[in-house]
Order: sequence, then structure tokens, then C-alpha cells
Amino acid sequence: MVADESHAAWQDQIFELLRQHNVTQFAYVPDAGHKTLINRSLADADVHSVALTTEEEGVALLAGADLGGARGVLLMQSSGVGNCINMLSLIKSGGFPFLTLVSMRGDFGEANAWQYPMGQATVPVLEAMGVTCLRADTPAEAIATVSAALTMVFRAGRAVAVLFTQKLLGAKRF
Amino acid sequence: MAKRSAGSEIGGAASAKFVLDRREALPELLGRHEDFLIVAGLSGASRDIAALTRNAPHAYIMTGAMGGACMIGLGLALARPDRRVLVVTGDGELLMNVGALATIAVMNPPNLVIICVDNGHYGETGYQKSHTSRGTDLAMIASGSGIKRTRTIEEQADIAAGAQLICEANATAFVLLRVKPTDPPIDQRVLDPTRGRLRFRAALLGE
Repeated sequence: MVADESHAAWQDQIFELLRQHNVTQFAYVPDAGHKTLINRSLADADVHSVALTTEEEGVALLAGADLGGARGVLLMQSSGVGNCINMLSLIKSGGFPFLTLVSMRGDFGEANAWQYPMGQATVPVLEAMGVTCLRADTPAEAIATVSAALTMVFRAGRAVAVLFTQKLLGAKRF
Repeated sequence: MAKRSAGSEIGGAASAKFVLDRREALPELLGRHEDFLIVAGLSGASRDIAALTRNAPHAYIMTGAMGGACMIGLGLALARPDRRVLVVTGDGELLMNVGALATIAVMNPPNLVIICVDNGHYGETGYQKSHTSRGTDLAMIASGSGIKRTRTIEEQADIAAGAQLICEANATAFVLLRVKPTDPPIDQRVLDPTRGRLRFRAALLGE
């Protein structure tokens, strides 16, 4: 597992990047890979930290945020991508900007066989629903990629997923 | 073991009455639609709102993405605490994603009202019975999810109290409006979801 300190450092920078771009709604199903971002959102009085029961709720939430002129991000694990498929119709057909950060499972070094089907399907599923996927394998790549995604989503109105790979996050130990 | 009947005698909605007319009860219940930003779920609820607002841009009308109406309403309510947000949806649309009620209860935005027009049927697909005419009580689910201000309206005499609940704005409110399974108003909806988004934002944000 990646040391907690370095893990927190790059995720702290990503949180600050999101806040600099006026992202005020953080939606998530609790996830170890996004722990720092989730905890930072809970500690920030100026953002709404929205715990979901299923990831598709977050897709609809961010569409609502956009209708009101606000910006949000959906933090989820690759397994959650499968829960979003039809709700992404809203994003694609409505032309909503959409930013999601996905912590990957069922990929590099995964020991849990249950994670593979959705982990391996994450990119095809997202691309099929019109979401551009950008992978990040290192802390430096993660920061640069989230920065690029923010421009693509909130300047060009695109739907973008940044995939934090297991090279970046480390495979979970069992 | 005796086979259980699929009728409505089991569960919280055992004595549910589906007698009100949606075309009369919904306008009376919600009052001035101009006072709200509106998200309308699919099917009958979206036709109700399109007719009531004469297709005004302050209503975002869905004809797909089933199960998303309440969460769009939450995102909008959090984004615009200065405005009142009303979600009008149906029993079928809400049943698809009842977990959203738990998420909304936790956030509890005071400017959000959800009205579920419950006719106990999937009207759009040929009036097949929904779970709510077979024992499921969505007001009890909302209440059990943690939404403290909930009310069921199923008779004319209930409407005034429901309207009062909607007027008060100190916590999220959920109103279950039971109606008979008759057709909603004639279809006047904007069916293009991109156009719906752009005109909603233009009216609200001046874009």
C-alpha cells in the first residue's frame, strides 16, 4: 500500500484544485481510494458533502447542480460506474457537464476476483455513454489530469472521468 | 402455507384511497408554480407540470433517466438556497430509486419539497399496477428514510394541510398525493433535454 502521507498529499492538492475551480458539491459512496477527498469535503463548510446510497444518485445530483449554476464532482469506485449506466443518459442527452473521479479496482494487481468484471468494463461502459476517460498512474499525472479534466468539463461542457489506477492507489491487501 | 394474495390488504397502504383527480388536486396542492424551480419526473408527472406551467422554462421536464428526479432536485436545491425547489414525480419513477429519499433526508435542505403523484400504476406503459397499489407506502418510506415532514393526501379535505406543509420552509418536505389512475393532461412537454437545460439556465442564470 502507498504510504498514507504521500497518498494524502496528492489528494489534498486535488481537493484544492477542485475548490479553486468552484466545485461545491462533492458526491460519493464511501470509498478508501477517495478517503482524503471525502474527508476534506466533510471538513469544508463551504461545500456540500453528499453521501449517496448508490452512485447513480450522484449523476442526477450533478445535473441538478448545473441547472442551478453550481459545479460538482462524483467520487466513485469502478464498481459504481456500473450503477450509473442509464442515468448517464441524462448527462449525454441533456448536454450536462460531468466530472467524475474513479478509483480503479479489478485492474493492476487486484486480488479480489469479484472486482474484475466491472473493473475491466469501466472504460467501455463510460465511453459507450459518452464519457471521455483519462487515466492517471502517478501522483503527478493525477494532478495534471484532474486539471485538464476541469477545463474540459467546465469550459467545454464535456463529460469526463479521471481514472485513478491501482498503480497510483496501490492494490488492496487481503 | 397459504399463498398470499397480491391484493392491497397487506402492508402500510392497506386502506389507501386512490380517488382524487390529479388535474384538480395537484394545482390546488402546490399553489403558485411560479414560486418554485421545478423538476418533473417522467410520464404523468411531467405532463401535469408541462400543462400547469404552460411549458415555462422554470420547470425541467424529464422523459427519461428514470429514478433521477429527486436527486436533480437535491442538486438544484443545494445550488440555489435562495430559491424554493419543487420535485413532482410519480410512484413508478420514485420506486426506481427510493434510496434517494435517504440521501435527501441526510442533507435536509429547507428549500426542497417533493410531491409524489401516486396513482398506483405505471400509466405510461399501459396502467400496470405499481407496488403502491399492492401495499407499498411511499410516505412511510420517506418518513422511515428520515424525512421528518411528510404527509399523505388522499381526500379533498386533506389538501389544505398539504398546501400548508409545502408553504413552510424549515426542512425538506415530502407529500404523497394519491390520485385515481386516470390520464394526465394532454402532452405539451418540451421533449428535447438539451433545450430544456438551456432554457432553464437562461431563465434562472441569465445566460
